[in-house]
Amino acid sequence: MEESKKVTGQSRRSFVKQTAAGVSVATMAPGVVLYSLARATRHPDEAVTDEVRWGMLIDANRCVDGCTDCVTACHEENGVHQLGRPATDAQWIRKVHLRDRQTGREYGIPVMCQHCEHPPCVDVCPTGASFKRADGIVLVDKHICIGCRYCMMACPYKARSFIHEDVTDQVAHAPRGKGTVESCTFCVHKLDAGEGTTACVQACQHDALIFGDLNDSDSRLSRELAKYPSRQLRADLHLNQGVRYRNI
Amino acid sequence: MRPVTFTQIEGKSSRYWILLGTLSAMIAAGFAAAMYMEHHGHYVTGMTNQIVWGMPHIFAVYLIIAASGALNVASIASVFGRSAYKPLAPLSALLAIALLTGGLIVLVLDLGRPDRLIIAMTYLNLKSIFAWNQLLYSGFILIVAIYIWFMMEKRMQRYSRAVSIAAFIWRLILTTGTGSIFGFLVARQGYDAAIMAPMFIIMSFAAGLAIYILVLMAAYSWTDRELGDSVLRRLKNLLGIFVSAVLYFVLIYHLTNLYVAEHHGIEAFILLGKNGGGQYAMVFWWLQIIMGSIIPLIILFSSLSRQRLMIGIASALVILGGLAQMYVIIIGGQAYPLDIFPGMEVISSGFMDGVPEAYSVSLPEFLLGAGMGFGVALIIVVIGISILRFLPQSLADEVVDFDDAAGASA
Repeated sequence: MEESKKVTGQSRRSFVKQTAAGVSVATMAPGVVLYSLARATRHPDEAVTDEVRWGMLIDANRCVDGCTDCVTACHEENGVHQLGRPATDAQWIRKVHLRDRQTGREYGIPVMCQHCEHPPCVDVCPTGASFKRADGIVLVDKHICIGCRYCMMACPYKARSFIHEDVTDQVAHAPRGKGTVESCTFCVHKLDAGEGTTACVQACQHDALIFGDLNDSDSRLSRELAKYPSRQLRADLHLNQGVRYRNI
Repeated sequence: MRPVTFTQIEGKSSRYWILLGTLSAMIAAGFAAAMYMEHHGHYVTGMTNQIVWGMPHIFAVYLIIAASGALNVASIASVFGRSAYKPLAPLSALLAIALLTGGLIVLVLDLGRPDRLIIAMTYLNLKSIFAWNQLLYSGFILIVAIYIWFMMEKRMQRYSRAVSIAAFIWRLILTTGTGSIFGFLVARQGYDAAIMAPMFIIMSFAAGLAIYILVLMAAYSWTDRELGDSVLRRLKNLLGIFVSAVLYFVLIYHLTNLYVAEHHGIEAFILLGKNGGGQYAMVFWWLQIIMGSIIPLIILFSSLSRQRLMIGIASALVILGGLAQMYVIIIGGQAYPLDIFPGMEVISSGFMDGVPEAYSVSLPEFLLGAGMGFGVALIIVVIGISILRFLPQSLADEVVDFDDAAGASA
């Protein structure tokens, strides 16, 4: 019941968005915007290509201490519920508050799957359940994951969770299953529906998260990344993550 | 020197049935534990989203490396041409298959979805060491089974050396694969070290031989067959050398880490128990080093080893030390927090970043690892030696001929 309501709400929302996007594009968009939108949306039957590489920029200076809107929105969007057992509950995104050991400077940042270009989790997965899409999104195919947890051993960001018990109240677009591993999907269902954004980015009221296409030099993400320096977590590993941080 | 005659054990005594019953009960307990974990999910174990591999993996990985080590006795006879070890070879090969089977069953039953094993068998991501290991493990069982057949079948005996060489090379690659599961993990401070592969090989030498000695002593004592001192002396000296070699590798691993500033955190955690690593430091020093290495070495290289019971105790302690080492590597390596933000201190986190994960062994995990793992391995040996001719009728000193003097000294 709840599920069907959610699905209906979802399509209504995306309908409104798509209409709005369509109207704005038709009336005032220059050719460049038209081109990038055409690249970002594709027909469901069409294969994903590497023309797009999805990415995110997180600005630690804008991320507000104590705010966890992105975490709440992600878990609500994807039907991830906490069961009061923090050590075994799934976490797709979390807020981490840090202090520089030398200077004492403090900041908080959300951490999730970094969607690496060379994901260690994909390398180690024996069945190919961990995979990277052509557009850079790293996912788990819950239907062939055997629950060996080798990917969790391999991930340098602690981004993955093992489903330690039965799951209830799942949402249709994010299937989950006891005994398998899961992590942030970059809201792949929204991207495939042409929304071009994620639940966490939509929920952030402080403009701390920017989502977009790293391959499109004209996307806001690419322009911001070109303007000021940004960093990757554990850049020493040379994984070339899709998620970048600023002011850390 | 008398000719060696291999015979089955009778398998009729009450001792035999009590042993079979005990092992069956261990397996049943392990299976019940696996079903319990499967039904409720892994939250009923001590495993978490940070310590994702727990007690079952300690036993499974230990049994898997012990399997390749158990084959050493046969390799010494056929690959390195020490004919005195020949009578010991069939049991060595049987034990190798048995230990590997025990370890693999534990691994499979601890999967989140063991029912999907068929997927793992039919699709291999060849970049995954787990996928290599599936080929290495099944190939090992096949080669060693052929080796047993060639040893037992007179017409095939002339080919047995060739198979034994293949098996020896295979077991080295196999343990390299097992060690590389950890060696190739860049994410965690305790792993990501090339030394893991050779260290696992030398650990397998000690583990396999210690189990071999105990199984040999038990089999001969419980069937009232004669087991001469010269065999045991040889094996216990070899065990001492292997235990020393493991210590050398442990020393080099830690020295290398201690030299590199990046690894000071994990070293303080494991060696000194700093920042919540207390239980790992205790297991390391007391169980792995003192009980599992130093005391066995004192026993094995002193006059204490003239008593058979002491050789048994030393072997058991080596097994305890090996399991402790697995605990420190597998659990300790995961408990130490990931260094995601170098130079930064984690003040708070929604996912317990920056703090060592507490791990407490749960009963189902232990039953699955110890009960199922050792239960399956040993029941294969017991049934094996009662239906096929694995054991020499006698291993008395006049049957086994160690011609050089080294074996005669204690």
